[in-house]
Amino acid sequence: MAAATPGTLLAVIGVIDYRAGNAPSVGYALERLGIAHRLVATAGELDDVDRIILPGVGAAQATIDSLRASGLVEPLTARVVDAPTPFLGICIGLQVLLEHSEEGDVDCLGWVPGRVRRFPDSLRVPQIGWNAVRATRPHPVTDGLGPDAYCYFVNSYFAEPAEPADALGVTEYGDEFCSIIGRDNIVATQFHAEKSGPVGLALLERFARWDGTC
Amino acid sequence: MLTKRLIACFDVVNGRVTKAQQFQDNIDVAPAADLAQQLYEDQIDEIVFYDIKASAEKRKIDLETVRAVAHHVFVPFTVGGGIRTIDDMYEVLKAGAEKISVDSMAVRDPDIIRQGAEAFGRQCVVLSTQVKYQGIRPGLPSGYEVFIDGARLATGLDAIDWVRRGEDLGAGEIVVNSIDRDGTASGYDLDITRAVADAVNVPVIASGGAGTVEHIADGLTAGAAQAAIISSILYSPRFERNLGVRELKDALVERGVPMRPYVAG
Repeated sequence: MAAATPGTLLAVIGVIDYRAGNAPSVGYALERLGIAHRLVATAGELDDVDRIILPGVGAAQATIDSLRASGLVEPLTARVVDAPTPFLGICIGLQVLLEHSEEGDVDCLGWVPGRVRRFPDSLRVPQIGWNAVRATRPHPVTDGLGPDAYCYFVNSYFAEPAEPADALGVTEYGDEFCSIIGRDNIVATQFHAEKSGPVGLALLERFARWDGTC
Repeated sequence: MLTKRLIACFDVVNGRVTKAQQFQDNIDVAPAADLAQQLYEDQIDEIVFYDIKASAEKRKIDLETVRAVAHHVFVPFTVGGGIRTIDDMYEVLKAGAEKISVDSMAVRDPDIIRQGAEAFGRQCVVLSTQVKYQGIRPGLPSGYEVFIDGARLATGLDAIDWVRRGEDLGAGEIVVNSIDRDGTASGYDLDITRAVADAVNVPVIASGGAGTVEHIADGLTAGAAQAAIISSILYSPRFERNLGVRELKDALVERGVPMRPYVAG
């Protein structure tokens, strides 16, 4: 278990570790940044973390099933929606925040109003590769992304928040889609921040310093 | 816009990167973790790691080396070799990979593609193919046949039929690896690369034969690939002069190929 180091970053980030996720990759990135963190696989392990990252590489249904099987849905909701703890969702960890996903026609967590849709067949799907991300408004976690930030995407589906103000960043693939969500204490990136080189690592570092307010 | 990708390929034996010619005569290059770190710092877009002996030696993949590489690499990382089951895939993902590459095993048991896509998402499963031009004949309409087991065993499968089936089963990317061109530095086989890109809707990766910037540019334009696997050009001791990632990317951008901009600092 990693402990907070006084005088540096005080927070301990809990990285949700479930079967369909890639928690270790996120852990390696935080380790590189010297950010205290630990993997969280059960509800009890959530209690003493100050921030939460929900990573993901899987399918929506597998992710929701896996979170339910681990008994993590209710305690996560209590920490993120009721508490409110600074939260970062990554890739599928963004998509499951919305109410519904077309992927497997599955009901998701519903913390962010809106739905998840598939890219049209006129595009090569999945979108795989480095694409430009443009922040749409100032925010402590995305400030510093710069005008020409390229991040690594691997996705067949994209989020469509019901409230346009929840889109914190946009990216073009065919049409423009929401590539970063920002709502209260929640930030989520469709791209893999932990796999987006120096740009992604800098975003993770800003999240580690964020107090959850805008 | 979505840029094209340069993917460094590691053929790993005992934790070390090796370089083969036409799937044979591997010579030693460097420890995988060291080369991964160097290429990450040079801003390679992606790394693919094949445990090339795992399948033949009927053992599990070398997870220790996978972990060592994952510790240094904050760009996407694909791992293949000796993947037989969903549990094998899970272990590799837990070791720090984003994507799993299946090849010979998928030909023997195509359902592994479906199972992998269901459990971890389609984007997680890369179907790698070893193809060789055999001439058009009955049962081989494209003229290209799929081989397995390090290019040693002909399967009778037509390359185009196989990649279409792989896509239907759930593969999220297709690697077209030309056996004839592998390690020869004579350029990708553009005909089969483009034919595969036309046949499927998932991203296609050109592999086998890149020896110059022109070869890479051709693979990403005339070959219609979304990404190019390179290895010899970066680090083969058989090359008189290896090229750096930045040098390659600058030259590709000059040729009109969109690449991820170099990040200072």
